[in-house]
Amino acid sequence: MGQFLRRLLLIDLIEGLWVTFRYQRPKHIYTEQYPAERPKVAERYRGAPRLNVNPETGETLCIACNLCALACPENLIVVSSERNEKTRRKELTHFTYDISRCMFCGLCEDACPVDALELTQDFELASYTREGAIWDRQMLEEGPRPTRYPY
Amino acid sequence: MPDSTYLDATELVLNMGPQHPSTHGVLRVILKLDGEKVLGTECVIGYLHRGVEKIGENRTYAQFAPYVDRMDYVASVSNGLGYCLAVEKLLGVEVPPRAQAVRVILTELNRIASHLIWLGTHALDVGAITPLFYTMREREEILKIYEKYCGARLTTHAFRIGGLQYELYEGFEQEVRAFCEMFLPKVDEYEELLTGNRIWIARLKNVGVLTAEDCKAYGVTGPMLRASGVEWDLRKAQPYSGYEQYDFKIPTGVNGDSYDRYLVRMEEMRQSVRIIRQALDGLPGGAILGKVPKVIKPPVGEVYVSIEAPKGELGYYLVSDGSTQPYRVRVRPPSFVNLQALDKMCRGALVADVVVIIGTIDIVLGEVDR
Repeated sequence: MGQFLRRLLLIDLIEGLWVTFRYQRPKHIYTEQYPAERPKVAERYRGAPRLNVNPETGETLCIACNLCALACPENLIVVSSERNEKTRRKELTHFTYDISRCMFCGLCEDACPVDALELTQDFELASYTREGAIWDRQMLEEGPRPTRYPY
Repeated sequence: MPDSTYLDATELVLNMGPQHPSTHGVLRVILKLDGEKVLGTECVIGYLHRGVEKIGENRTYAQFAPYVDRMDYVASVSNGLGYCLAVEKLLGVEVPPRAQAVRVILTELNRIASHLIWLGTHALDVGAITPLFYTMREREEILKIYEKYCGARLTTHAFRIGGLQYELYEGFEQEVRAFCEMFLPKVDEYEELLTGNRIWIARLKNVGVLTAEDCKAYGVTGPMLRASGVEWDLRKAQPYSGYEQYDFKIPTGVNGDSYDRYLVRMEEMRQSVRIIRQALDGLPGGAILGKVPKVIKPPVGEVYVSIEAPKGELGYYLVSDGSTQPYRVRVRPPSFVNLQALDKMCRGALVADVVVIIGTIDIVLGEVDR
């Protein structure tokens, strides 16, 4: 009898609708106004790669050991170096990183023995050309420059 | 008069998908119809084939780990756990207890996230749009925890062979506890929206019935098997990663229809919260990475390890030839095997039920096609 009355009075539907109406207050709004307010991503976020430089001298921290290139599952890192005759040490000449093939797994930064290569919190990586997704050493050291549109 | 008009055309072959919103990706189902009645179905898969198993043969063991996340992309942590367990068994590496407990917490969170996606999209298929927004909102909290823990939201690469790469961040325990606190009333809320709803019941009850014998014959695992009344859960049957320490129930159904599967999955989410709480209470200290050699070179041999993924039994079969790369990687994805039962369930049903049945299997095409 109770079940019959519940069905007749549409109680099951009203209960469901009541849940919906409980969430009508403005404090339940979850929409993010993306370009206007940028989300703060977590500290460990794996985004755009960066090649760290010594903040005082501006010299690269990279020792051109090639371990990141070996660790990368997609083989997208190319490191080239030449031996400095004076100091008898390898010095970095070129460093390219193809972010169009990168899956941001973080294996390269795990492999880096001197914390030179790091995945940062930048996540705006779009570019107008495929070549724009291949980052050279300068881009990796200075960081991406996403186009900012006035609005 | 012609012999037959189009009104007499009893049998009709219809393509459903691959661009159909209710096939959860790029599944193509060829339907043979008699009016509204389904006479038979045939699945055409492979639209999302990326050759993950072949990629595995050309990567080192550590390098392949990020790829397994991309098979079942709504439950990537479970995929990572299964792969890491397989390689660890091949290597004979012991995982420290702290790493095991953290793995359990993260995979159970992932089970909740996967079931939330399933609930939202399944309800959306049936016509209830509201639950999707609510489930996405709760899933976001889980993804935030993942992002803070390992730096990615979906394709997490959270585990490494031998344990974990990252130590827990400060405030992890409080956040997970707060999530558990917040989440249980929300499950009741979803139930309020759906369980008693007459449309929901009419669309799901006695739709897509699979008996226990059918399930066993097709190799169906996971919530679908449990909804048919078989109490089979790999977490209890062959515990891995320290699941034997935790106290939880295996929810089972009676009828094996879509409605029972819905109830089983709802109860599984509650049980996952129970496991997470127990794991947090007994979180041991110590190392997070076992003794793994720098270059992973397992001895010659083969291993099969399976875990209870949100969708069923997820197995990894690895063959090692003694080099740094696996000789063969074979994945037994739960969705692929569960999808076989689609034809059995659809026969005699209506076209509208096909959508419900595809939803109730809980397939992810990334995993079906690999």
